[in-house]
Amino acid sequence: MAPPRDASAKRTVVKQGGGALPRRSKDAASRKTLAKIEKLADGVLGMVGTGKNPSLDIPVRSLANVTWSEKRRLVELGKQKQKRYFFNVSMAKKFMQTFLVSEACKELIDSGKTTSIRDLYYMTKHTLGDTRQNTFDDQDESDPIIEDLEVTVDALREELHLFASRTGSMVGPLTIVDTGDTIDLRRMGSGGWAVPSIVEENVITFRKHEAKYVLLVEKDAIWTRFNEDKFWKRNQCIIVQGKGQPPRGVRRLVQRLHTELGLPVYVLVDNDPWGFYIYSVMKQGSINLAYESMRMAVPAARFIGLSSFDKDKYQLPMNVSIKMDDGDNNRARQMLAYPWFKHARWQREIQEMVRSGLKFELEALSRRGISFITEEYLPRKLRDRDWLE
Amino acid sequence: MPAASAAGPRRVSAETLAQRQREISVSEFFVKNRHLLGFDNPSKAVLTTIKEAVDNSLDACEEAGILPELTIEVHDLALEATRKDPELTKGEGRFLVVVQDNGPGIVKAQIPKIFGKLLYGSKFHRLRQQRGQQGIGISAAAMYGQLTTGKPIRVTSRVGKRKAAHVFDIQLDTRKNEPVVTHDEEIAEWPLEHGTRLELEIVANWQQGQRFVNRYVEHTALANPHATLHYTRPVGVNQRASASVPGNETLSFPRATTELPKEAIEIKPHPHGVELGALMLMAQESKSHDVRGFLQSAFSRVSAQSAADILARAPWGRKAVKPRVLAANRGMAEDLQKAIAATRLMSPPTNCLSPIGDELMKKGLVGFLKVIESEGDGGDENAQLDLDAAAMKPGRKKAGKAAEGMRGADAPAPPAVPDAPLEEGVENIKGHNYFIATVTRPPKVYRGNPFQIEVGLAYGGSWPADKTIELFRFANRVPLLFQRGACGITDAIVRTDWRNYQMSQPKGSLPVGPMALLVHIASVWVPFTSESKEAVAHYPDIIKEIQLAAQECGRKLATFIRRRKALDYQAQRRSIFELYIEEVAIAIGKITDRKPGPIKKEFLRVAHRMTAAELEQEEEV
Repeated sequence: MAPPRDASAKRTVVKQGGGALPRRSKDAASRKTLAKIEKLADGVLGMVGTGKNPSLDIPVRSLANVTWSEKRRLVELGKQKQKRYFFNVSMAKKFMQTFLVSEACKELIDSGKTTSIRDLYYMTKHTLGDTRQNTFDDQDESDPIIEDLEVTVDALREELHLFASRTGSMVGPLTIVDTGDTIDLRRMGSGGWAVPSIVEENVITFRKHEAKYVLLVEKDAIWTRFNEDKFWKRNQCIIVQGKGQPPRGVRRLVQRLHTELGLPVYVLVDNDPWGFYIYSVMKQGSINLAYESMRMAVPAARFIGLSSFDKDKYQLPMNVSIKMDDGDNNRARQMLAYPWFKHARWQREIQEMVRSGLKFELEALSRRGISFITEEYLPRKLRDRDWLE
Repeated sequence: MPAASAAGPRRVSAETLAQRQREISVSEFFVKNRHLLGFDNPSKAVLTTIKEAVDNSLDACEEAGILPELTIEVHDLALEATRKDPELTKGEGRFLVVVQDNGPGIVKAQIPKIFGKLLYGSKFHRLRQQRGQQGIGISAAAMYGQLTTGKPIRVTSRVGKRKAAHVFDIQLDTRKNEPVVTHDEEIAEWPLEHGTRLELEIVANWQQGQRFVNRYVEHTALANPHATLHYTRPVGVNQRASASVPGNETLSFPRATTELPKEAIEIKPHPHGVELGALMLMAQESKSHDVRGFLQSAFSRVSAQSAADILARAPWGRKAVKPRVLAANRGMAEDLQKAIAATRLMSPPTNCLSPIGDELMKKGLVGFLKVIESEGDGGDENAQLDLDAAAMKPGRKKAGKAAEGMRGADAPAPPAVPDAPLEEGVENIKGHNYFIATVTRPPKVYRGNPFQIEVGLAYGGSWPADKTIELFRFANRVPLLFQRGACGITDAIVRTDWRNYQMSQPKGSLPVGPMALLVHIASVWVPFTSESKEAVAHYPDIIKEIQLAAQECGRKLATFIRRRKALDYQAQRRSIFELYIEEVAIAIGKITDRKPGPIKKEFLRVAHRMTAAELEQEEEV
């Protein structure tokens, strides 16, 4: 699954003043990343120098090379690697593209700038010689190359000074520093603070907070309800939303809140296979980006709702349900086989959904009253410790 | 009530009818039916006139063992009469056609009959491969000229160095089919030692007819590589190549070989395929004492032994029967015909045939393509084959080598590749590469007549790839220009499945692709569908042979196309690598802070060592 494109992203210059990023002398992380890219190029030069067909070793990013670590409760990338040769009809173009992207990233790091992956596509796109061929035909071609480079040099996208999109908002009793600007997340009005794509320590640091937990909501509308009802004030929590599948920035930030501030994470999603999958990615990482699980996933994240049994517990009328279609059913059956859903409670949860053939959106709770979700549903869930892990 | 009275009185009696009934002379018949001879309309007439004269000239030269050198001239009389701004006559007009050869000449006494009498000639009674057949063509042309312009045909001929040349003006008495000499003069000075010159004024439409003539001359040169042709034609102001030419321009087709075609020998008919009536007629004329002798003397490939074999199968074969008896008895003749059919006989002698031959066909094609390329137009059936088309033809860009596409100031010059030797069968003609393949089939027999099929093809070059192929049909080295659809040759090519040979072919039509296909049938008697000799009849034996020859040529073509596709693919891939090297070298150069030039050189060095096989192999890793 490629990260969503960010059409609106402009070339963003990260402010270098304010002491967070001292000018000229690159921080250690950037120097490390640069060294990795240079090592890649040197390796190729060495091979060509000895008359060999130059190649890159690229870890395989497919389900076959992904394993579920029981101990660490994470989806992890396996050891399988694929050789990408230059002198090979089917690989030459990708080889060339990998170096175009590498060079562009080096330029970004050198100049201390970050850019969107769409921008990078335009930076590296040009016509070859006097042919009609382009280095890249569309962004679908450059995005996987970026992921290849990430796994090959073992650097995160953010370390390569690239970002995806920034669809996410956050409010809560917490003060942060974002590239030198101190931001009080208690005073963000109705819109909340837009979570940037790069949220590493060199950009964002946490200050004072009174939060007891983090609540990740799937939907923007529900998050607005929580914010409007000042749920975070009453319950001393941080509320975050990522418009469906949360982007990398949101996931990374939630993970940092969890590990650095020791806050438990609750996930509130629709009662459908897609909602379960959002929780699953938040909890153990995605298959496509398994190499980032370490930095993105929160294995201890708790699934607070909407549970397949809530329809009875909270007396939701049948007419707010939606019938599951074939895609939903297939997806649900696949999930039954995921090792991290092997626990009996999860099996019951998914099986109940399949059995009833019904799914519920979070908005269905509004049938019981507009603020039912903030005033009754969630408080009762937390009080009853009615969640899954 | 008598029926006669109702119908009115009878106007004509048998007696009055009898008074009107009289013999129709052959010339009268053809005056009314001139389309049968190829004089349908003024645009076709100019071609037919030239064709008849050229066919005769070539036949005569070959029979006399002389390398033909022909001059063909067409004069637009109106154009030549105007001094100021001469323009080509639009539509019908008066044209003077001149054909001159260096042949053996014609003896004085024969000239009037040959040119002034229909069905007078040397060829009709002989089984021999030659262009002319009936002795009708040139006198028909003279008759056409006389009918349309009232002018007689002028014939100048000289038979040898020591003899004087004679000039005749000959008219045709169409009622009697007899020549009338209106002028007879001996001239002392004539440039040729021997030869014949015809001058004939006709009404023609050059505007529409010129493409036929152009095509005919080109194709005649193609099928007769031993002949030199000089072709002078009228051109308009805007078509003229240079201002110094006064309304005419001359194209020359030099001969590709000085070797005369193998002499075609006259043969007797072969008994297989002889028709009943023909058999009876031959028996009638036989001077032999008995049928055994008749068979041996009148037919080829009948020895004493095989004559005995044939007679052993006839119910009356044991008796000595006079040929005259056989001629009068249909039943006996039928018995004999069946007996002949049941007896195995040697195939007719094929030394009577004179195919063009593989080598000369190739030379002919090369010479033809040279003229086509320099003239410009590839010769679409409907295209004007004239000079303005050549002028409009856009210059073709040579396919640039991909290596030239490399950029960068410090890029090393691409390694100079010497012009690769041409592949087998490929000829470079004025910058275009043509693949040429030819096939000459062994002689075969249809209806007792030996025939031989030859097929040649020229593929690629500047032929258009998206059009139907050019099909050039020839019979005894004479190009067939009309009635393509009605011709057995076309049928045979259409019925060949060209998709087997890497060509595309819509159902039921000629293949599509950059190709010209030449089909030649050589025979002692080519079965034409009409006297104008425009299409070959659909004899299954002939069709089958053409298909076999086309298939053989097709296989050669398919091998070539496949090989070329593979080479193209490889070259394309190498050029892609070179483009990518450029990119990778710049990127790695920037990353490692080095100059891209040396990096590129190292990549190129590895590239040159990588073989095609290795490039493929790596894919499996």
